[in-house]
Amino acid sequence: MKRITIDPITRLEGHGKIEIFLDEEGNVANTYFQVPELRGFEKFCEGRPVDELPRIVSRICGVCPEAHHLASTKALDGVWQVDPPRTAKMLRELMYSAHFIHSHCAHFYALAAPDFVLGPDAKPEERNILGVVAKVGLETGQEVIKHRAYAQDIQAIIGGKATHPVTGLPGGLSKGITPEERDEILEKGKSCVEFGKLSLKIFEDVVLKNKEYLDLILSDAYALNTYSMGLVDENNQMNFYDGYLRVVDQEGKEVAKFPAEDYLDYIEEHVEAWTYLKFPYLKEVGWKGFVDGKESGIYRVAPLGRINVSEGMATPLANEAYQKMVDTFGGKPIQATLAFHWARLVEMLYAAERLVQLAEDDEIVSSQVRTIPTAEPGEGVGIIEAPRGTLIHHYQADEKGMTKKVNLIVGTTNNHAAINLSVKRAAENLIKKGKVDQGLLNMIEMAFRAYDPCLSCATHSIPGKTPLEIKIFDSQGNLQEELWQ
Amino acid sequence: MADKKFEPLIVGILCNWCSYAGADLAGTSRFKYPENIKIIRVMCSGRVDPLFVIKAFKEGADGVLVSGCHPGDCHYIDGNIKAMRRETLLSKLLEDLGIEKERFKLTWVSASEGEKFVEIVEEMTNTLRELGPLNLEGGEKIV
Amino acid sequence: MSKLKLAVYWTAACGGCDVAILDINERILQVDEAAEIVFWPLAADPKYDDVKNMPDDAIDVCLLHGAIRNSENEEMARVLRQKSKVMIAFGSCSAFGGIPGLANFFDKKEIFERVYRESESTAGKAGVYPSPAVIVPEGELTIPEFYDTVLTLDQVVEVDYYVPGCPPAVDTIWTALEAIITGELPLRGTVIAGVKTLCDECSRKKEEKKITEIKRPMEVEIDPERCLLEQGIVCCGPATRGGCGARCTSANMPCRGCYGPTDHSIDQGAKLVSAIASIIDSKDPEEIKKITHLLSDPAGTFYRFSLPGSMLRRKRKEDVS
Ligand code: SF4
Ligand code: SF4
Ligand code: SF4
Ligand code: FES
Repeated sequence: MKRITIDPITRLEGHGKIEIFLDEEGNVANTYFQVPELRGFEKFCEGRPVDELPRIVSRICGVCPEAHHLASTKALDGVWQVDPPRTAKMLRELMYSAHFIHSHCAHFYALAAPDFVLGPDAKPEERNILGVVAKVGLETGQEVIKHRAYAQDIQAIIGGKATHPVTGLPGGLSKGITPEERDEILEKGKSCVEFGKLSLKIFEDVVLKNKEYLDLILSDAYALNTYSMGLVDENNQMNFYDGYLRVVDQEGKEVAKFPAEDYLDYIEEHVEAWTYLKFPYLKEVGWKGFVDGKESGIYRVAPLGRINVSEGMATPLANEAYQKMVDTFGGKPIQATLAFHWARLVEMLYAAERLVQLAEDDEIVSSQVRTIPTAEPGEGVGIIEAPRGTLIHHYQADEKGMTKKVNLIVGTTNNHAAINLSVKRAAENLIKKGKVDQGLLNMIEMAFRAYDPCLSCATHSIPGKTPLEIKIFDSQGNLQEELWQ
Repeated sequence: MADKKFEPLIVGILCNWCSYAGADLAGTSRFKYPENIKIIRVMCSGRVDPLFVIKAFKEGADGVLVSGCHPGDCHYIDGNIKAMRRETLLSKLLEDLGIEKERFKLTWVSASEGEKFVEIVEEMTNTLRELGPLNLEGGEKIV
Repeated sequence: MSKLKLAVYWTAACGGCDVAILDINERILQVDEAAEIVFWPLAADPKYDDVKNMPDDAIDVCLLHGAIRNSENEEMARVLRQKSKVMIAFGSCSAFGGIPGLANFFDKKEIFERVYRESESTAGKAGVYPSPAVIVPEGELTIPEFYDTVLTLDQVVEVDYYVPGCPPAVDTIWTALEAIITGELPLRGTVIAGVKTLCDECSRKKEEKKITEIKRPMEVEIDPERCLLEQGIVCCGPATRGGCGARCTSANMPCRGCYGPTDHSIDQGAKLVSAIASIIDSKDPEEIKKITHLLSDPAGTFYRFSLPGSMLRRKRKEDVS
């Protein structure tokens, strides 16, 4: 039996490793995407004062610390059954909108754009952010850097620090913002709206007007037939900060819609001994292994999942962009994995528009940012949409407010089974009769990257350009061939 | 559970003016106290930095005894009150780190209480014999 | 003059240290002028085999962030040490163990049980645990071995300098990078950050007030001007190295000690016991007990970022041979 190891960061180093096994005929027998790390937050939060958790769990991921900080803070609102003042909620959502801009901007330009702007066939050494800048112009490059920094600034104003914010408390935030800070936020936010529009325009010009790319996006190798999940508000419009979790099936029909507290009725996780990361699935449908379709409980989250469960966007420009995307695919759900990128840009524009909306509200500078909890602590679930998918924090505290139990299901973990499937699909399409197509690397890399997998969240490693190395062994285990990317 | 032959090592940090004198008295009046205790003299119990205690455990002590003058008798007015404030917090910290509260004790022994000192050391030695060795450097991977 | 060769690498980390390096924004160009980044998984195509095949000392300076949590982390730290002239423990995880080091209150068995068996959403509760080598129908799959105890970088290899913080503040990072590119590195073993405590750079008013109560930030209105400790809110400032610009206390939240101990405080827990004990306003043993017992989780608070690097390193393990 032939064995192919795609070790993104070599055997020694790990952080995500793909093994492909071929059968006697040389076709794909099975594939495994392994996550080699665990840090164990679920356990070591126990015994800590539960109100300290927002500052501990943010360290799950330095790329989306705001997501963990706020999911945690929201779980604390639940633990103490306290409703934060309107200003506090607005400030949290504002900080969070800035976080989406930061995260999506970094992903699109540094990680995704090289594939599209330069084309999947470009030379590997050109397929990086510098290559993108060379193509779209230095000016755009500067805009990217500027707006990433703006988003960081806004997060730091509200959170104290951009990476690992500190201000979240049950019932609100430890501080508000001054009128001067609000002016700064507003100015930077408006600039982000323009930047969001620009980014979508680049996508349209470069990708959508190019039939070759469009065909690629629509091709079978990149399609998966799964359920979709994400947060929506009371109008079923997309929301990152709050609302109901909605699940739609392969026809776009709603199969579930539930508040955070009920997540255990709908989601369950499967464990495999060959990876440190678990596999969530829809409880009612069940775990059927790594297969898609209606019978399998595998679902997808993150930008595409969110687009699929939403009936539009709550801001005008983003809503237009949303409609255009849905029309292009001829309705929902959209199952083309590469459409994640497009969805991400629609969301970035929404985040910017929402940020401005919130900053324009005069109550944003109110000093009423906390309701001090009075109830006895208990149990709470905080759900938020992280850039990389639905994020669930579930805490149980004793009567002194000390942490008894912590359960976490994070963004990338929700997509874990789907990522495995996408890898398998790409491998099946490109390895026939023992012949390994040179396009395999590229293809797997693109499928993989569309999810913006953040193994840091899930375990530790950083979302990023996933360097791939494929090793092909013969039946005796001798290295036959080595492919690099 | 504890090995019969196990003899605990106790580090005694005693203030010069009362407890050290008390221990000295025990010695000169030939009260026999267990050899398990190794004594360090400090000027005042208020001088005992929590770091000394932690360090003693790290270096292999199975128990640490801090002893000073009775409240009101400290030669530096309130050194022993400081020691007392630290002790409650330090015990709690040590307990969180898996070091049982029996292993760390703060007592008051005056210069004339040689016999009391012997009793305290004996009692602590017996308790620690029961508890067994501290064995801090256990574990798979402490290098 | 040939360019300096730099490497940036992470072990058990969150990635926030990488993001923090990017946050020096346009100054990254100055780094680019003086140095060539030969290895940085986040920003450049890593060529791991190239690193393994490098001669010893081929890298001038390696910034390594992250704690040592498993066999792979340890192996990689050893390889990079061998290839680097100067090894810098970058960020709190690497320097003191950081947040992942809180796992030293438990052991592997307890962590696995919680995550893979007991957790509310885990199906079956069958107790399937990840294992370093697993036989699947098609062959054997391997993953790194998870350790019982989280280690700091300097418990595994020799470290030349430390850059603390979770993540290090931009100014701290810049001081370190400037020292690297100008070749003016301080004495070996130096912690590149402030020399005094955080209290020295915190602008809150200190009045030497005594306290009769200890409160959690969530329980009270926090006075934005006064020292938090003097308001009865545990703040790790007195035992923490300065240099971050008092980021948390400026945001109306107490310091949790991410810059680690100072040269004088050595062990943050020991130092904070003294600092807090000294402001308790009571001479009555019972009352003192009452007040200190309001401080829940002293070890998890004082050693929030430094348990593996602290004097005792971990919660004592009961079942040792
Ligand atoms: S020190 Fe902090 S920011 Fe750096 S890797 Fe560790 S947890 Fe992340
Ligand atoms: S204890 Fe905290 S709040 Fe008080 S001065 Fe020190 S750092 Fe500032
Ligand atoms: S105030 Fe303390 S916890 Fe906050 S960044 Fe500074 S050293 Fe770290
Ligand atoms: S001198 Fe004996 S306790 Fe202070």
